[in-house]
Formats: sequence, C-alpha cells, structure tokens
Amino acid sequence: MNTTAPNSTASAAPGPRATRSRGTGTRFTRGLGIATIVAFAALGLFGLVLSPADVQQGESVRILYVHVGTVWVAYMAFVVTAVSSAAYLWRRTRSLTWDRIAGASAEIGVLFMAVTLFTGALWGRISWGTFWVWDARVTTTAFLFITYVGYLAVRGLGGTHEQRARRSAVVALLAVLEIPLVHFSVRLWRSVHQDASVAGRGDVTLDGLMLFTLLLGVVAFTMMYVWFVLHRQRVLMLADLVDDRGLDDALAERRREAQEVQR
Amino acid sequence: MDDIGFILTCYLVSFGAVLLLGWRVVGRGRELSEQVPDEDKPWT
Amino acid sequence: MWRTARLIAAKDLRVEGRSRVVVNQVLPFAGLVMVLFAFVLDSDAVLTRVAPGLIWLATVFGLLVMVQRSFAVETADGALDALRVAGVDPVGIFLGKSLALAAQLVVLETLLAGLAFVLYGVESSGAGIVLLVTTMIPATAGLAFVGTLYGGLAAGVKGRETLLPLLLFPVVAPVLIGATRATEAALDASGVATADGWPWVALLAVFAALFGVGGALAFGSLIEE
Repeated sequence: MNTTAPNSTASAAPGPRATRSRGTGTRFTRGLGIATIVAFAALGLFGLVLSPADVQQGESVRILYVHVGTVWVAYMAFVVTAVSSAAYLWRRTRSLTWDRIAGASAEIGVLFMAVTLFTGALWGRISWGTFWVWDARVTTTAFLFITYVGYLAVRGLGGTHEQRARRSAVVALLAVLEIPLVHFSVRLWRSVHQDASVAGRGDVTLDGLMLFTLLLGVVAFTMMYVWFVLHRQRVLMLADLVDDRGLDDALAERRREAQEVQR
Repeated sequence: MDDIGFILTCYLVSFGAVLLLGWRVVGRGRELSEQVPDEDKPWT
Repeated sequence: MWRTARLIAAKDLRVEGRSRVVVNQVLPFAGLVMVLFAFVLDSDAVLTRVAPGLIWLATVFGLLVMVQRSFAVETADGALDALRVAGVDPVGIFLGKSLALAAQLVVLETLLAGLAFVLYGVESSGAGIVLLVTTMIPATAGLAFVGTLYGGLAAGVKGRETLLPLLLFPVVAPVLIGATRATEAALDASGVATADGWPWVALLAVFAALFGVGGALAFGSLIEE
C-alpha cells in the first residue's frame, strides 16, 4: 500500500521494492493528514470569505486567523521541545526518541515563528502603521526565534547521536532560562522609555463566526503540528539508522581490507 | 476590500509554509525509508 | 570545588600573563571599536547620549573574543579532555574559568568606561560612580557565567567561531539592556536620575544568579562526551 500523505503527488507503483516503499506514514497519520487538509480548506473559506470584517480593524482581522494559529503552534512547539529535552536528560526516561521529538518540534517551531513574525509585521503595518514595535511580546518572540535557530545549529554539530542529544537538550533547557529574562528585561525597558505598550490596542471584539474561525485556525495548525512531528520524528530516526549503517559498512570494509593485507 | 494584498500574502505564506514542509518531510521519509529494512521501523 | 576553581582561575590568568593575548590584542580591539563608534556617530551630543550603550556593546564584543581565547587554550592540546579524565569536578572548572574570565572582563570594562570619559566627554557624579562600579559587578558575573557556559558548549566542535555569537548574543541581551540602562543613570548626559539605575542592578544580579546556578548544573554534561 502506498503512502497517501497530504501534499504528495508521487505514488510509486508497488514493484520490487513494495515492502520498503512505505515512507513514514501510517493509517493514523494519513487520516490526520486528510483531516488537516480539510481543516485548512475550511480555514481559507471562513477566514477569507465567510467571516465578516471587524468593526474596528476592518479586513485586517482576517490576518489574525492565521497569525494566532501559527503563534500558538510555535510556542507550543518550544514547550514540547523543552519538555522532551528534560525527558531525555532525566536518566529514567532517557531515550533518543525524546531527542528526535524535541528536534522535530523545534524545526516546526522555528518555521512557524518566522511565519508569525512575518504575518505579525504585515498586520502591524495595517493596524499600527508600522512593521515593528519594540513591545515585550514581539521582541521576546524574535529572541525565541533566534535562540531556536541556534538550537538547530547545535543539533547539526555532528558527533554521536548521544552527544547531539545531550548537547541540544542542555541548550533547550538553557533557553527556558533565557526567554523569561529577555521578556522581563524588555518589558522593564519599555516601561521606562515609552508610554503604554502598543499591543493593548489590538484587542478585538469577536462575534460568533469570528471566534469560530479563530478556533478553526488554532485547530488546523495544531493538527498540522501533530502530523508533522510524527512524520519528522520518524524521518530523523531513519536518518540516524542510515547513519549508523553507514558506519557499520565502513567498519566492515576496513576489517575486510585488514584481512586481505594479512593474507 | 482594504489591504487585500497584505491579507492574501499572509495566507499564502502560512499555507505555503505548511505545504512545503509537508511535501519535504514526506519526500525525505520515502527516500530514507528505502534504505532501511521494515523491521527497523516501529510504526509499520 | 572552590580549590579547583581557584587553581583553574590561577592557571588561566597565568597563561594570560605569559601570552598577553588579552592585553595585547583584545583590549586594543575594544578600544578600536570605541574609536570606530565615534567615527560613525560623528557628533559629540549623540556620543555622550549613547556612550553607555557603546561601552557595553564593546564589552560584549570583547567577551566573545575572550571566550574563544579561553577555550582555545583548553582544546589546543586536549587539556579539557585531560581535566575530565583526571576526574576534576566540572563545577570547579566552570567556576574557575568564569572567575578568570570575570577578572579579564573587569579590566576591559574599566578601560572602556575610561575611554568613554576621555573620548566621548561623558561626566558623572560621586553617586554615579558608585552606581557604575556596582553595576559592573553583577554584569561581569553574568557575562562571565554565560560566556563560560556557551564557550564550553562550542569548545572543540567544528565551526565554533561562527556558532558562538549566534548562541551567546541572544542570551546576553538582558545584560546589555540592564547594564546600559544602569550606566545611563550613572552618567549625567542622559537626564536619567541616578536612583533610577538601581532596579537594573537588581535585574543584573538575578541574571547572574540564575546563570551561575544553571551553568554550574549544566556545564558538566556539556563537556563530558
């Protein structure tokens, strides 16, 4: 049976490699993937067409339906990364699976954080007249983004899987220490230098359909997140396995060479 | 509709990121899956 | 633990005393940065206004170079591996290296503050000087802890020169904000009352305490491989 994961166009014919061409999908992820596509289609429909314009914000409120979804997923992803990193470091639950979940989660977190900053800047341009404000929430988000870009760089440093796992887990937990400090210091800084923060003006009065669309966005992006982490974590596992096998093959070859030399 | 360009860009970027990510992870999974026997995949 | 820390710190400072890398290269570099700031900002009024920020920005640049130097010494001949294999307490190593780094940072900060007085014409009162010196203590401790922690992480891996600033700079942002605001209050030019600087010193102290404890806990698992 072929993978019919979302967004894929290729469906390789079951030939000689039928037993191996499964990819990383299961029945559950396939179902989840289809549901995700449906949810995103509905989000586009409700967000762009069916929901009304806001009384105060006008049409720009439509941006929030995707913005809130991505920011929710991004922050959730970083919480998951921190928790799985702690689970890896705790001896009794130590398993590379936790490390891979942390890595997969951080990847999607970084991507959605970038999307969040982008959509937020466009929304800010419409509502506040400026792409960027030095508000504590916005600045913390940017720092979170940079910090986890660094985290992904640490993951790519090489070494054994265990080295990678321990190093990156420690970095993820240090980020948990860093981010509240950044948030607090930026808040203190702005409260000294500026009048009230701009962010308060973004308050939206929601009618039923708008609230529904907002929740739909959150649900759609959350389903996407779960789907992605499941797949990506399996891909990372395969990558580790291929890596190990490459090492084993190289060792076997060296041994063969040595035997030939002896003869 | 005001600011339609900004709004559509936001939807395009968000949905596009999701699509691109999904497409890449499935593709990479298939590529690596061929190099690993099924016994090593706990989800099969 | 404290004895290890003292020995490690003394060793690092002795290495510095013999090689004079910080004195001959890092301090001139930081001074140069201050001169370059004066070139680009090109106005006495602006310079006095932003001098506090420039002092700490130059300090952070100097920190980066010092951290790289501090761990280049350790990885060059596998010295860090030797320490670990010998069973030396990693908390002691962390505290010792932080201490040596802090000592060098204090020299750097004093030089930079002095340069700001001379080059940028900033002025201060007696109470301001007290605040400035008090600011330096927790700020230096925080920078030294964070620098040692991430320096240890990046030690001995490929591409550490480019990775270290990416990891280090976001983390030191609170120090940069806090120390700059406190220094602003300590110097006269900005129109901020001296008393307004003290909450920032508290923030710096919290930062130093958190990363001191966090670093001592984490350092061991970062260098043991």
